[in-house]
Amino acid sequence: MKGWMAKFRALLLFGSLTLVLSGCGKENLSALTPKGYGAKSALDLINISLAVMIFVFIVVMVIYAIVLVRFRKKKGQEDFIPQQTEGNKALEVIWTVIPIILLVIIAIPTITITFDLADESAAGDSINVSVTGNQFWWHFNYEGEEIQTSQDLYIPTGEKVYLNMKTSDVLHSFWVPALSGKMDLHPENENTMFIQADEEGVYDGKCAEFCGTSHSLMDFKVIAVSPEEYEQWVEDMKNVDPEAQPESADAQEGQQLFQENSCIGCHAIGSSPAATGPNLTNFGDRTTLAGVAEHDRDTLIEWIQNPESIKPGNRMSDANYEVSEEEAGKIADYLLQLQPSDITPESATSNE
Amino acid sequence: MSTATAQKRGFGAAIWDYLTTVDHKKIAHLYLVSGGLFFLIGGLEALLIRIQLIKPSNDFVSAGFYNELLTMHGTTMIFLAAMPLIFALLNAVVPLQIGARDVAFPFLNSLGFWLFLFGGIILNCGWFLGGAPDAGWTAYAPLSAVSPGHGVDFYVLGLQISGAGTLIGGINFLVTIINMRAPGMTYMRMPLFTWTAFVTSSLILFAFPALTVGLFLLMFDRLFGSGFFNASMGGNSVIWEHLFWIFGHPEVYILILPAFGVFSDVLSTFSKKRLFGYTAMVFATTLIGFLGFMVWAHHMFTTGLGPAANSIFAIATMAIAVPTGIKIFNWLFTLWGGSITINSAMLWALAFIPTFTIGGTTGVMLAAAAADYQYHDTYFVVAHFHYVIVGGVVFGLFCGIHYWWPKMFGKILNETLGKITFWTFFLGFHLTFFIQHFLGLMGMPRRYWTYLPNQELDTGNLISTIGAFLMAIGTIVFIINVIYTSVKGHKVSGDPWDGRTLEWSIPSPPPHYNFKQTPLVRGLDPLWIEKMEGRKGITPAEPLDDIHMPNPSILPFIMSLGLFIAGFGFIYQVDNLAFLWVVILGMGITLGAMFVRSIKDDLGHHIHKEDLEEGADQ
Amino acid sequence: MSSDQTLNPETLPEQPERATLEGKNKFLGFWFFLGGETVLFASLFGTYLALNNATNDGPGAEELFGLELVFIMTMLLLTSSLTSVYAMYHMKNNSFSKMQLWLGITVLLGLGFLGCELYEFYHYIHGEGFTLRSSAFGSAFYTLVGFHGGHVTFGLLWIVTLMVRNAKRGLNLYNAPKFYIASLYWHFIDVVWVFIFTVVYLMGVI
Repeated sequence: MKGWMAKFRALLLFGSLTLVLSGCGKENLSALTPKGYGAKSALDLINISLAVMIFVFIVVMVIYAIVLVRFRKKKGQEDFIPQQTEGNKALEVIWTVIPIILLVIIAIPTITITFDLADESAAGDSINVSVTGNQFWWHFNYEGEEIQTSQDLYIPTGEKVYLNMKTSDVLHSFWVPALSGKMDLHPENENTMFIQADEEGVYDGKCAEFCGTSHSLMDFKVIAVSPEEYEQWVEDMKNVDPEAQPESADAQEGQQLFQENSCIGCHAIGSSPAATGPNLTNFGDRTTLAGVAEHDRDTLIEWIQNPESIKPGNRMSDANYEVSEEEAGKIADYLLQLQPSDITPESATSNE
Repeated sequence: MSTATAQKRGFGAAIWDYLTTVDHKKIAHLYLVSGGLFFLIGGLEALLIRIQLIKPSNDFVSAGFYNELLTMHGTTMIFLAAMPLIFALLNAVVPLQIGARDVAFPFLNSLGFWLFLFGGIILNCGWFLGGAPDAGWTAYAPLSAVSPGHGVDFYVLGLQISGAGTLIGGINFLVTIINMRAPGMTYMRMPLFTWTAFVTSSLILFAFPALTVGLFLLMFDRLFGSGFFNASMGGNSVIWEHLFWIFGHPEVYILILPAFGVFSDVLSTFSKKRLFGYTAMVFATTLIGFLGFMVWAHHMFTTGLGPAANSIFAIATMAIAVPTGIKIFNWLFTLWGGSITINSAMLWALAFIPTFTIGGTTGVMLAAAAADYQYHDTYFVVAHFHYVIVGGVVFGLFCGIHYWWPKMFGKILNETLGKITFWTFFLGFHLTFFIQHFLGLMGMPRRYWTYLPNQELDTGNLISTIGAFLMAIGTIVFIINVIYTSVKGHKVSGDPWDGRTLEWSIPSPPPHYNFKQTPLVRGLDPLWIEKMEGRKGITPAEPLDDIHMPNPSILPFIMSLGLFIAGFGFIYQVDNLAFLWVVILGMGITLGAMFVRSIKDDLGHHIHKEDLEEGADQ
Repeated sequence: MSSDQTLNPETLPEQPERATLEGKNKFLGFWFFLGGETVLFASLFGTYLALNNATNDGPGAEELFGLELVFIMTMLLLTSSLTSVYAMYHMKNNSFSKMQLWLGITVLLGLGFLGCELYEFYHYIHGEGFTLRSSAFGSAFYTLVGFHGGHVTFGLLWIVTLMVRNAKRGLNLYNAPKFYIASLYWHFIDVVWVFIFTVVYLMGVI
């Protein structure tokens, strides 16, 4: 039976090893492939503590293995009565002092990094974005600029972007694993954290605090582009004309329908504060629909007609509107052509 | 009188016997059966959760139902399975280990059980009455305050009532251990299981009131329109987080310490050695209990308390690793030089050491605040707390149940079935949870109803689900074992394991007065001492005399029933004020029963010397 | 051997509340219970302190509280604590009727306190429109002070029940612990009130 156990352990170790070697999860999602300041610091700390802890585990397992091999009850010695040792002071001191030393080794970088990641001294000279969490979408307001958008957060690479976060309803938690650790959003207090992307890319973000029915579907993107591209994006977004007429006739009808059905009551186009539903200014540039679905015309039609089927419990499910499939198609045409900027998620991935 | 009532009785009489019993051994049976039942329900919920997560974008269950499942799985396992099963062991063993004939408050002991059971029933009523609680077992406000329907109301009232039961149980064991020890049983001669029971009880006493208050605030917000967690009225959601974790963190030590106690007794018995470093173990237990109150905010590293608070709580949390490490090494050195017998009970204890070491080491990793920003609320945390709660508490319960089963029921659980249970459960457990560490770091937050394809989370989740089924098989084999043993098992002597402590010095199952004569304790491991000196039993501390025993009573059941009824009144008065009458009715029943208890003298009864002597001849 | 003889000795021992094992258990268990109650009230005080400025544009502590009535209430409760000490003094001297008398005075003082509190709440609700639902501050205030009021009510019911039940029987070793822990409970309520007086009223007004 003991051989069994050893084999199992070997299997376990081997399994985890292949896992670590074969991949650390999806690029731009996993915390094990950090692409930003916070995530890199966290991984350093994870590695330090993991190394110490593996050492501890090995020590325990060595003693454990020796005990199980040497001190099993032996045939013919059933009546053997072992010496009733009371304890050993020296040993007790050893396994009190050595762990304390090991913990100090972990504690020092813990404190350093914890303070470093909470450093807000540069917030005044940096880009500040107010983040609002909502069931089940995210709203971003670029402070000092006339830019508000939802679901996709554009940031320039190589600099700290400060996020001032609050929720409009229940608790949420802002987490972009490849860029940084997470921070909760509360209704009564603003929490601040910074993110910094070192490479261009489209990073997956998730809500990490249980927030209701579609908690698992509250994905968003952080799009890190070069500082020049970011400048241009800001320029483009500032000059959006919310009433611009679309080119195609269908889209024009869609725009009409969008207003007639008071979609505009919940969804703003152009810079406008967080409303009941996400801001749609650059909807056409997004890569996912509602954070989780395919970003194409058919899915959008399905969403407009039955949002509940894609994101249970979202507020659009209760909205009072009636559109035919054809009308929904026209609205979709209108929305999909809302592409105010040349800087899109593609800009973050296509470079080089 | 004992011989007369022990004759064959009807089924109804047996039920009545259990409804009115104040005997700690029977209350242990009640806790065992109801805790076991809730464990199965919680396990079923876990299986449904794992089936839903077997593949990406699955829709085996709906998102809303999934949230109810995850909430009820956590709540059930902690409050309705782990807690009562621990109380089952405490009731079955602690009075015997200290040489007492009963607990300090037999009546309250029974009340504690019935409160727990009725609370558990209220909690589960949601399933049939329009939706179970769905705000997570932590019930963070404001989600829990605004969650529609009555689901969370069932959570609030159910936990409030069962929590009162737990508090009563805690006080009972504190006083029992302090006041009821046999002559010679000094504090530093108490078996480690009794020591952990003592520390756990004091944690219950000081931790549960915080939950009580939290639940009251949530109840007032939901049912009476107060604004504790309502930001638009100036409320503050962080208050709930603090209150919940001031209770919640000690709670995990409340669960794990008795398991530590079980392992200490079992490892010592089956390696035929005195526990290594007994004094250090006692010291470590108390220190863990003490530090357990200083670390609650490590559950709130991402709440935004600031780097100073986070660092302080990080260091305090790491400090707990020191006494825990002391324990691990003392267990290893208890085995060292011993003569180790490996049976079902011992397998669980041996498997616990590496498993809990993994859980403990990830615990230290989680304590590193800045790294926790990544781990927090992901499957890494899920993996960690299952490693300590399943790998520690559930292993400990299985271990303790296999070890003390002969003491409780007079029969040894079947060894072959016991080993099958162990291996399937153990393998299944590691298969389920080891991979979850990586899932968390790869970007899978906890409490996710589903995950998208192409995020490289598929394989890990599949493996995890397979493991869960193995655990289920192990549990089913255990139930088969219980049935098989009760039908086919052989009667065993009072001391089947060559035990060391007092409970093994009396018959199995023990007579309802436990000790015919109060034992005289002459050192740690009193029975072992007597055996080594060639005696068969323990030296009595008193001549044979009449024994005073408490009377059975139905009042605890009625008091709990009253609160159960009142609970429904509170929940439904929101819809219809007429339900306030139900509140009044329920509270009336409870207060009435308390009044009866207060004015009716209950002096107990005596078992006469002659009957005791007669019993010895049989 | 009958319980009557052991529980009704000719003269009571020095500490009748702890003369039997049951009495000892009750005594210790009740102290533990009060430990739990302390955590309960500490949590309520913590909540109150976190929310005492969250008035939501409604009335705040300074506008609401007047110290005159609260001072009278404090005096009533403090005095009742003293009278319950007298009662316990007479219990130890085995003079049952004097104990009942002092307990009776304790109950009257407690009723006076409760009356004042009800008047106070009535005044806030109908006079100032300040309720549990006014603001988070309102919720915290009524919950904390109300919990204490509930404890007072329960304590009064308890003491009265004990007095009536044992009126004819007198004092013995079975009921002495019951009287004793009821008085312990009463002291605890008094101590909590001192904190409420300081934290809620004094700190609220000043």
